[in-house]
Amino acid sequence: MALTVEQAKTWLEDFYTEIEAQKQYLSDLDTPIGDGDHGNNMARGMTAVHEDISDADFASVSDLFKKVAMDLISKVGGASGPLYGTAFLEMSKTAAGSTELKDLVSAALAGIEKRGKATTNEKTMIDVWSPMAEKLNSDEAVSEADIDQFVESTKDMVATKGRASYLGERSVGHIDPGAMSSGYLLKALVKVGA
Amino acid sequence: MKKIINDPGNVVPEMVQGLVRSNSDIVELIPNTEAVVRADKESMKGKVGIVSGGGSGHEPTHAGFVGKGMLSAAVCGEVFTSPTPDQIFEAIKASNTGSGVFLVIKNYSGDVMNFEMAQDMAEMEDIPVKSVVVDDDIAVENSTYTQGRRGVAGTLFMHKILGAAADLGASLDDLEALSKQVLPNIKTIAVALSGATVPEVGKPGFTLADDEIEYGVGIHGEPGYRREKLQPSKALVEELVGKLKAEFNFKPGEKYAVIVNGMGATPLMEQYIFMNDVLDKLADEKLEVVFTKVGNLMTSLDMAGISLSLFKIEDDRMVDGLKHEVKTIAW
Repeated sequence: MALTVEQAKTWLEDFYTEIEAQKQYLSDLDTPIGDGDHGNNMARGMTAVHEDISDADFASVSDLFKKVAMDLISKVGGASGPLYGTAFLEMSKTAAGSTELKDLVSAALAGIEKRGKATTNEKTMIDVWSPMAEKLNSDEAVSEADIDQFVESTKDMVATKGRASYLGERSVGHIDPGAMSSGYLLKALVKVGA
Repeated sequence: MKKIINDPGNVVPEMVQGLVRSNSDIVELIPNTEAVVRADKESMKGKVGIVSGGGSGHEPTHAGFVGKGMLSAAVCGEVFTSPTPDQIFEAIKASNTGSGVFLVIKNYSGDVMNFEMAQDMAEMEDIPVKSVVVDDDIAVENSTYTQGRRGVAGTLFMHKILGAAADLGASLDDLEALSKQVLPNIKTIAVALSGATVPEVGKPGFTLADDEIEYGVGIHGEPGYRREKLQPSKALVEELVGKLKAEFNFKPGEKYAVIVNGMGATPLMEQYIFMNDVLDKLADEKLEVVFTKVGNLMTSLDMAGISLSLFKIEDDRMVDGLKHEVKTIAW
């Protein structure tokens, strides 16, 4: 269950492809409850990641994640840039010691919680990362369908953090766009089969 | 939309270029960023750096307040969008002369996250960094881009006081303590006559009828607390000072500094009329005004409107800080 550099690259390339395919949908999800740019912002960041990693060699998963973090930090902007950037920076730190999925995902989750000052049930990407980390830490297998369900769960939540919180009750019925993009990222990770 | 621009997607770099090229004795561009640093490097030696920034569209904030006695560097994000951590980090590095760097952040979720991330990056490179998050807008508790209160024109008091203290050799810890002393004593409230048009959006963020105003609007056009028919300046002052009075709990004899700030499309003539009424009202309240400033200081693109910031002076050294000499583009 330890991630290799090659697997990590495949994971990120798959995520890049998925973001490119879904960027309009992500921005559409962001329109009623945010400012409608989540898909384009993520696509800008992942395009930079793709360009920087596709032909490059990395000595370790830690080095690769550090590069990804810096690209996301400098290219995505808004709140998603620091949140995803922090996730990869924390995974980079952890990967120096362990590339076990449960350790990586737990580190990313802790980073996102700290940066966003948020917790579960607030209709954010944490509602996808947290149950994922929980399952991995209890050594349960996580399927793509499980992740779909984590994403779907944000639909009925009331936003209390982030842009959507301004809408309060009116945010109910919408999937959180950050949860959706996190769902794509974690599904791509599961697919790699590390 | 009627604006003197070339490409809506390129307004920030072109604006920063123009600002730097017309003020090369005061600021210079930090390479590969949209951030500016003091040209007078001698003035930064041995001093704690003060860095601020945020979305663009609020000019002259923040780049106009870079210079000896005030900010060391300012980071210009996209219009109404937080700058990214890598750019803030470059500004931190350019401002650090070995004594550390103090960040002044306006309370918007994006700004707070991006500045905190830059702070983490600086700490990884052993640059000591501390920060304050300014939340002076008393209009509403939570807003479109904000948890808690928004950070608006009262932030300029923070820039001025910390900049003066740093210029006089205050340490990073001193500045942190000073920022905590200033923060609860600065409060701002605004009134808007029209919305602002972000170049890439092309239409105003909100619209008001010809005879309508909105109290409590934020500097990105975030909703305020009430709309009503346009009133004379004296009545607007009555409303806005009334809100501030309730927050500060005015007591006769207290000292205040006052900033009247134009939002971009309100003529100075109107700002002076408004200030005249503010000073009358504060005199009625038996308050002593020890410092005043009027002008387009923290604008909101082409929004018409005005904000009123008060700073309660509990320590006369604050007045010295406000009057401390600076060399900036806009103070």
